[in-house]
Amino acid sequence: MSAYRDKDPLIHGIQSKIRVVPNFPKPGIMFQDITTLLLDPKAFKDTVDLFVERYKGKNISVVAGIEARGFIFGPPIALEIGAKFVPLRKPKKLPGKVISEEYVLEYGKDCLEMHVGAVEPGERALVVDDLIATGGTLCAAMQLLERVGAEVVECACVIELPDLKGRERLNGKPLYVLVESR
Amino acid sequence: MLVREQLTMSDYRDKDPLIHGIQSKIRVVPNFPKPGIMFQDITTLLLDPKAFKDTIDLFVERYKGKNISVVAGIEARGFIFGPPIALEIGAKFVPLRKPKKLPGKVISEEYVLEYGKDCLEMHVGAVEPGERALVVDDLIATGGTLCAAMQLLERVGAEVVECACVIELPDLKGRERLNGKPLYVLVESH
Repeated sequence: MSAYRDKDPLIHGIQSKIRVVPNFPKPGIMFQDITTLLLDPKAFKDTVDLFVERYKGKNISVVAGIEARGFIFGPPIALEIGAKFVPLRKPKKLPGKVISEEYVLEYGKDCLEMHVGAVEPGERALVVDDLIATGGTLCAAMQLLERVGAEVVECACVIELPDLKGRERLNGKPLYVLVESR
Repeated sequence: MLVREQLTMSDYRDKDPLIHGIQSKIRVVPNFPKPGIMFQDITTLLLDPKAFKDTIDLFVERYKGKNISVVAGIEARGFIFGPPIALEIGAKFVPLRKPKKLPGKVISEEYVLEYGKDCLEMHVGAVEPGERALVVDDLIATGGTLCAAMQLLERVGAEVVECACVIELPDLKGRERLNGKPLYVLVESH
């Protein structure tokens, strides 16, 4: 379930715009920087269009985006497919009543929150982020949506790091990515 | 140009149905993040696809065809409104972030908070001299963050054409902190 094909020029164009920054945020990590993609209006538009093409007309009423880079890709997709946008945030950022989902980091834990009432039971939802690594954050995001009775149709990311096996943490939920980075 | 436009550069008109629709979707949350603050919550606006689209369309209508090549959005709620505007007007999107979030080489601009300081960063090389830029955020309060954002852009030689926010809190006089730069807002909240 990946759009990465060696000969696909759109995907190739998108991948070529992603900058790898070594040793960020700490030694040994090759950070996948999407800000350079955002500097190219055509490549950014192509990225959004590939997701819109996949999800338009599929009765998806919710696009949930994970803070903060999911806020960049999620809203344009939501607007084009006619869905609401729901921000999933770090603790204490959302002002209203929230539900929280804890998840495990390499060292320690973190927490993702969603506003109560933002999503109704039975709604069909996407989860959007720039990248899937271990899948921990995406998994927490899916949990939030399922706890309020929504159906997570798919997780959508620009980049996947397949070596970190995040796909396996998604409880069988489909994952769609444009680019794989090994 | 209408006298009203010259004076306030705001599109808030009591009878404008689009603006009214947008304003009606903004939720005010009392005492967040601390007692006495009436927080303007735009997440409820995002739950209404038509109102969210109307919001974007009002900005796009204003900025399309004006040779703007940069939309800079302030983390994190500026990331929600900035990219759709950038995509529609054919501009690049440049995220302005809290310290240590951007992975590459950055320039930083410090600014003053009610108590203490904070800092906004932009990637070196994201914006070139002479580019025409917008700064986008969900709300302008005191104007400190927007001011820092404008400084970052001007330091690399860009021209800040306008600051664009969904909401203004006019009582906090943020407009005056913008060094004469124009500010365009959809909704005023007193």
